[in-house]
Amino acid sequence: MRLPKQPGERIDRETAVSFRFAGAPVSGFVGDTIGSALYAGGRRVFSRSFKYHRPRGLLCCSGHCPNCLMTVDGVPNVRVCVEPVREGADVRAQNVLGSLDRDWLSVVDRVGGPFTPVGFYYRTMIRPRRAWPLYERLLRNMAGLGRVPAEHEPRRYDTEHRAVDVLVIGGGRAGRRAAARAAGEGRSVLLVDERGGSDADGYRVLAPARAIGIYEGGLVPIDAGDLLYRVRATRIIVATGSLEQPLVFPGNDLVGVMLPGAVRRLVDEWAIKPGECAVVIGADERGLDVTDQLERAGVEVAAVLDLRASDPRRIAAVGGGGRVRAVEIDSTERLPCDLVVVSGGRQPAYSLLAQAGATVDYQPRKGIFVPTNLPPGIEAAGSAAGAAEESAAPRASYDAGKGDRCFVCVCEDVTEKDLERAVAEGFDSIELAKRYTTVTMGPCQGKLCHVPSIRLLARATGTDEDAIGTTTARPPWAPVELGLLAGRHHEPMKRSPLHFRHEQAGASMMWTGAWRRPFAYGDVEAEVRAVHERLGVIDVSTLGKLVVEGAQAGELLDRLYPNRLSDLAVGRIRYGVPTTDGGRILDDGTVARLHGDLFYVTTTSTGSESVCEWFEWWNAVWGYEAEIVNLTGALAAINLAGPQARNALATLTDADVSNEALKYLDARELAVAGVPCLALRIGFVGELGYELHCPASAAEHLWDALVAAGAAPFGLEPQRILRLEKAHVIIGQDTDSESNLLSAGMPWILKLDKDDFVGRFAAELIRERDLGERLVGFTLPAPTLPAEGAQVVIDGRPAGRVTSARVSQRIGKTIGLAWVPPQLAENGAEIAIRVDGSLARASVTLSPFYDPDGERLRS
Amino acid sequence: MTFLLDCPNCGPRDVYEFKYQGEVTRRPSGRPSQREFSSYVYFRDNVAGAQREWWCHRIGCGQWFVAERDTRTNAVLGTEIPAPARSSAR
Repeated sequence: MRLPKQPGERIDRETAVSFRFAGAPVSGFVGDTIGSALYAGGRRVFSRSFKYHRPRGLLCCSGHCPNCLMTVDGVPNVRVCVEPVREGADVRAQNVLGSLDRDWLSVVDRVGGPFTPVGFYYRTMIRPRRAWPLYERLLRNMAGLGRVPAEHEPRRYDTEHRAVDVLVIGGGRAGRRAAARAAGEGRSVLLVDERGGSDADGYRVLAPARAIGIYEGGLVPIDAGDLLYRVRATRIIVATGSLEQPLVFPGNDLVGVMLPGAVRRLVDEWAIKPGECAVVIGADERGLDVTDQLERAGVEVAAVLDLRASDPRRIAAVGGGGRVRAVEIDSTERLPCDLVVVSGGRQPAYSLLAQAGATVDYQPRKGIFVPTNLPPGIEAAGSAAGAAEESAAPRASYDAGKGDRCFVCVCEDVTEKDLERAVAEGFDSIELAKRYTTVTMGPCQGKLCHVPSIRLLARATGTDEDAIGTTTARPPWAPVELGLLAGRHHEPMKRSPLHFRHEQAGASMMWTGAWRRPFAYGDVEAEVRAVHERLGVIDVSTLGKLVVEGAQAGELLDRLYPNRLSDLAVGRIRYGVPTTDGGRILDDGTVARLHGDLFYVTTTSTGSESVCEWFEWWNAVWGYEAEIVNLTGALAAINLAGPQARNALATLTDADVSNEALKYLDARELAVAGVPCLALRIGFVGELGYELHCPASAAEHLWDALVAAGAAPFGLEPQRILRLEKAHVIIGQDTDSESNLLSAGMPWILKLDKDDFVGRFAAELIRERDLGERLVGFTLPAPTLPAEGAQVVIDGRPAGRVTSARVSQRIGKTIGLAWVPPQLAENGAEIAIRVDGSLARASVTLSPFYDPDGERLRS
Repeated sequence: MTFLLDCPNCGPRDVYEFKYQGEVTRRPSGRPSQREFSSYVYFRDNVAGAQREWWCHRIGCGQWFVAERDTRTNAVLGTEIPAPARSSAR
């Protein structure tokens, strides 16, 4: 039943909306919330409390308290008092066994007292330890906040960035006024409001949306449902208003005890009669003013108690069946009623200000905490600043010491007695008492219980509110769905210019860093064999490709690499391994001198950006006359490898590619199949090979021509076998953050007869000292295959690890690389490797397993 | 960490656009002693207060620059592209 039309009501009586609660149909109007429609339909019990499963009804009706949490369309913990009705919604109670009105778990309320004292989770159910899983399952079923649906329905969340001059948080009178004033000064203004509203007076309005915190740099994340705005503002005006505070007295959690705002919204916005007979108890004018609404709604007002004028010692709500039936004041009167409107004053909602760095002071006259010392760029407006009308500080509690149960925190079912016991046990600071009793740690995050708990602590410790102080304010200020914080799932992916050729060829693709690369096109062994015996082709476009150019490019490279590069002849290539000043191996690749001042540098696939940044950083320090340009994305690279590589290349180019004209480690610019290429004659896979670098746009054409010339595409896995046969290391797989050039077996690369270079100090020190572990090759009889990371065991103790291992058909053995103690870094030394729980005997090999003298590369 | 940094080329940008390279150190010249080497490679001043540090505008212009930042508040006191120190480093 609804009241006659109320001035300013929000419902559209012409448009009905129906949904289901616990399976039964409920109807409301557009403009209703699920909570208001349920209340209009006669529902009074909305939830069962967290710990004791006591019936709870609407208390704040403004989305702060936990009393109306329900599951809506599978989403748990929806505050139905502010959740708009929607057609066909499936609304269910949560945290109950049975129904809201008959919850079997409420047995805890009757017998649980001795078993659930304050901090019970620290002292009961902890022995025997073995039984904990059982206790845990029991507690999980009884306590908690809703259930995450088993069937996950993916929702998309997004993040957007905004920058404004002025951000106003809160669209009440003060917020609107501040926004209009800032807009009048020509500033770009954004106003966020929890409820509704549209753009006005030259400023934008974001609503319904909630600012969930203020972070450094004036960053304010704003929850707008599926969209998280990250707003940067030079000025932030906080106009979050004030929060009605409850009173602490016996029976203060009974269904029918409400804050004035709840009554106001029920009557004014939804034309609902909140009860039949009411008692109003308030410490502030606005709280007591609710009699207007009560009279308008035809509610009989049995009594109005102004706490500023009188100071009763005891107030008690007497209930039956969990609902309020009467109120007693100082044990003299018993006032029958079904509605008790209580107001302990209005506490400024200062949390965002405190997060931004404001301090908070207690004002004893008003009985509230007020923000002060606002940091630069942060302002407070309206009642959030403490501009509320006069109120009186209520008593910490009105139980007259009779030991009745008074709830301080309805979220976590923390009573006055719990807090007093915590103080008696020594948890007498607010931060400790909070953690011990969990007061303020529930869904309302202290909006209703922070100030009452401070008052109680002040009384219990014989101090005052100022001495107790407040707890640290932290984001989020309002509850947020985790999905919103996670944002949309981004999986950045890099594709080579040949990606679709690989897909067309049926390659199985794999992740390597952010790249998608072909694992193999079919039979790995056949692809390996093709390279050894005939001709293979692999897409190596993922290699980092840098150009270092300038009058001092050679000098710069001499200082970035441990070997000498300034004396590299034009058209020649050298292998290079940059290290850090700590001696650590950073990356590896080739350096080719293309012209006098122009060097072409390749890096590993994952290292292109970090190596480029590394080079640029050192050049920012030193300032050589050299420019570094990263061409990784602009160029493709294809490695043509196998004994037939030269013949195949010759059919596709007019250039002289004979072994005399294009030697091993030569670099030439030539046209292949009409595509201008840089050909680098190098041999990562151990056979005669040409790495052809060309513009990415021409990559498919070149690839097709090479395949047409008889080259069989091979993937990453065959390449890993081929490179392992040559004992070529993969930086980051065979080396780690401890590896240096000497321990990784590359002392030949170190040129200490040149000037200073990055890593020189370390190299000199390492040379003089014990090397520690060494990276060596090993073989063992196939098909035994140690896992990567398998232990090397010496005298029963772990003494090293395998970094790579594959079965090589060519070698006829299992081959691999491993870190071993230095005394075992000798040809033929025997090591034991743990494979599937037993030890396999392996033999150390210091030279490449295949073509150790590199004749095939040079042929 | 959500503060803004003034890239000398691009102006104020979200710190997530930048790569942090740690405090500005003094690289020893010539052959350092073991102690000098350790202190250069492994030790940092880690001041509570104004610190000069290297940043790179990675998701932007790619510029390396030095920022002075109060490590207690993340207030950025200034940014600059430093003059190359080649003469002293060599």
